[in-house]
Amino acid sequence: MRPLVNIRHPAVAGIGVLLIAIVLVLLPFELTRIGTAWVRITNLAILYILLSLGLNIVVGFAGLLDLGYIAFYAVGAYVYALLASPHFNVHLPFWAILPVGALVACMFGVLLGAPTLKLRGDYLAIVTLGFGEIIRIFLNNLSQPVNITNGAQGIALIDPFRFGTFSFARTDSVAGVTFTGPMKYYYLLVIVLLVVIVINLRLQNSRVGRAWEAIREDEIAARSMGINTRNMKLLAFAMGASFGGVAGGMFSAIQGFISPESFVLVESVNILAMVVLGGMGNIWGVILGALLLSFVPEVLRYNVGPAQQAIFGRTLLDPEVIRMLLFGITLVAMMLFRPAGILPSALRKRELETARAPA
Amino acid sequence: MTQSALLVATEISKRFGGVRALSDVSFTIREGEIYGLIGPNGAGKTSLFNVLTGIYEADGGRFMFKGQPLSGLKPHEVAARGIARTFQNIRLFANLSALENVMVGRHVRTRATVFGAIFRNARTRDEERAIEQRAYALLEYVGVHRRANDLAKHLAYGDQRKLEIARALATDPALLALDEPAAGMNATETSALRALLENIRRDGTTILLIEHDMKLVMSVCDRVLVLDYGKKIAEGVASDVQKDEKVIAAYLGGDITLDIKRA
Repeated sequence: MRPLVNIRHPAVAGIGVLLIAIVLVLLPFELTRIGTAWVRITNLAILYILLSLGLNIVVGFAGLLDLGYIAFYAVGAYVYALLASPHFNVHLPFWAILPVGALVACMFGVLLGAPTLKLRGDYLAIVTLGFGEIIRIFLNNLSQPVNITNGAQGIALIDPFRFGTFSFARTDSVAGVTFTGPMKYYYLLVIVLLVVIVINLRLQNSRVGRAWEAIREDEIAARSMGINTRNMKLLAFAMGASFGGVAGGMFSAIQGFISPESFVLVESVNILAMVVLGGMGNIWGVILGALLLSFVPEVLRYNVGPAQQAIFGRTLLDPEVIRMLLFGITLVAMMLFRPAGILPSALRKRELETARAPA
Repeated sequence: MTQSALLVATEISKRFGGVRALSDVSFTIREGEIYGLIGPNGAGKTSLFNVLTGIYEADGGRFMFKGQPLSGLKPHEVAARGIARTFQNIRLFANLSALENVMVGRHVRTRATVFGAIFRNARTRDEERAIEQRAYALLEYVGVHRRANDLAKHLAYGDQRKLEIARALATDPALLALDEPAAGMNATETSALRALLENIRRDGTTILLIEHDMKLVMSVCDRVLVLDYGKKIAEGVASDVQKDEKVIAAYLGGDITLDIKRA
């Protein structure tokens, strides 16, 4: 895989990795200085990166336009909530539930994939959109006759992640350094994110990843080259969905409360926008897209109001409105000037050719 | 040399609505030959390819390949049995590099799973290295290795045709089915293609060739099948077929006689 910066020397790469590690470790302390809210915002941003990377497998690698991706996030979130809350009075440990959530989401991925195998583009988008809505409506209404999801009220008092007596929700001090709940989750999320990035990079640059990309490029040619397109598409749906399921479980624990409200269509669209804006199929692009679309709206939220106060002495426009306006303009401009995304999917150069330099 | 039958087609039929694209077409391709498939536009050549490779299902008749029936197989299963094809309108994976296009062709002969990809165990790494080396060797074989790291869509037209052949060869086919490989090529490129086809045959792969370039067909094919309106109108050694009156009539639309070689 082509690195972000063209660094080949191991020492340079080592220093780069070290710098990134230092920044990632110190980031929550700096953010806490601005306000604890920013650590939470960062945590949500990381969740969005996880979701974008999951959706990128389906949309970016395999080229299957999925507008109902948030459903898998919802499935993961509800699996966690139901197995670790007073709702059923079940309190399983998180490390046992997260794989279950991933597996259940994975099954839902296959459930969505199987009937839509022959659909592409717009048609697939509409079916997946419907699927996303069906899941949300089910969650909203599965409070009768047997109360499973607690309907629109959602599920509250969801357990935080716990290892024995160590809780991710509590503030702890280690050697004089204070770690708040959100900070602990931050470190956990960063570790999960790094694992997911490695998985994605390895998947893309493998026999399976190439098969997905072949299907994206030309399905008939892919089939004629011996790729079992049915299995490969189901695999893409399943893999994407299981990433969504893991992210959902973590969301559940971090928020402590979930309701169907969190899993509306706009969220699916938002995640798709992150993938498209960053650069479909390019893992680094997708991460950048998710970061931008998570942070820029928050920065605007905190600055649009005060800025108007300073200039006009009063708030002319609701910050929320301006936020969406700027957001919209940015997306339109992007599609006009960089239609392939900020970091378009890059050509992977292989070393072999230089090793056998042309005579 | 005693040649055994590699592919036996028996009374293949295919209809599209009221149109009979193929009517009871039978033929036999022997191991190691270059078998030409010619006919005017719309004669059913590409339909025959699509039925053979499992993209369409035949309405009647069957193919026996290496003694096994191909009936009801999906395209990827046909590829696994050892039939690889190219397309009349080039269908490369446009946004993958030339090398990666050929590497995709190795898919059907390799095994790595998701778990292998994620954990990158020794076996997967070895396999991946073998895929890459084989793909590069095939690019060299067809002569586009200098463009290995270029996107397929950025290759010159003639190179794209050759790349498609390399990708097909990557599946280790016993039968290579080429749909108009010389279309759009100039005389120099066509003669290079002829040499490539001879090499492929010499290296043990049987070739089924759809082609409009009669000079190429007549010079490279051992035997030729002529289709017109979905029916077989002639089959045999190239020099005999081009003297066949029905063939001349099919091409020229009447009973004018003309030496096809000059066409």
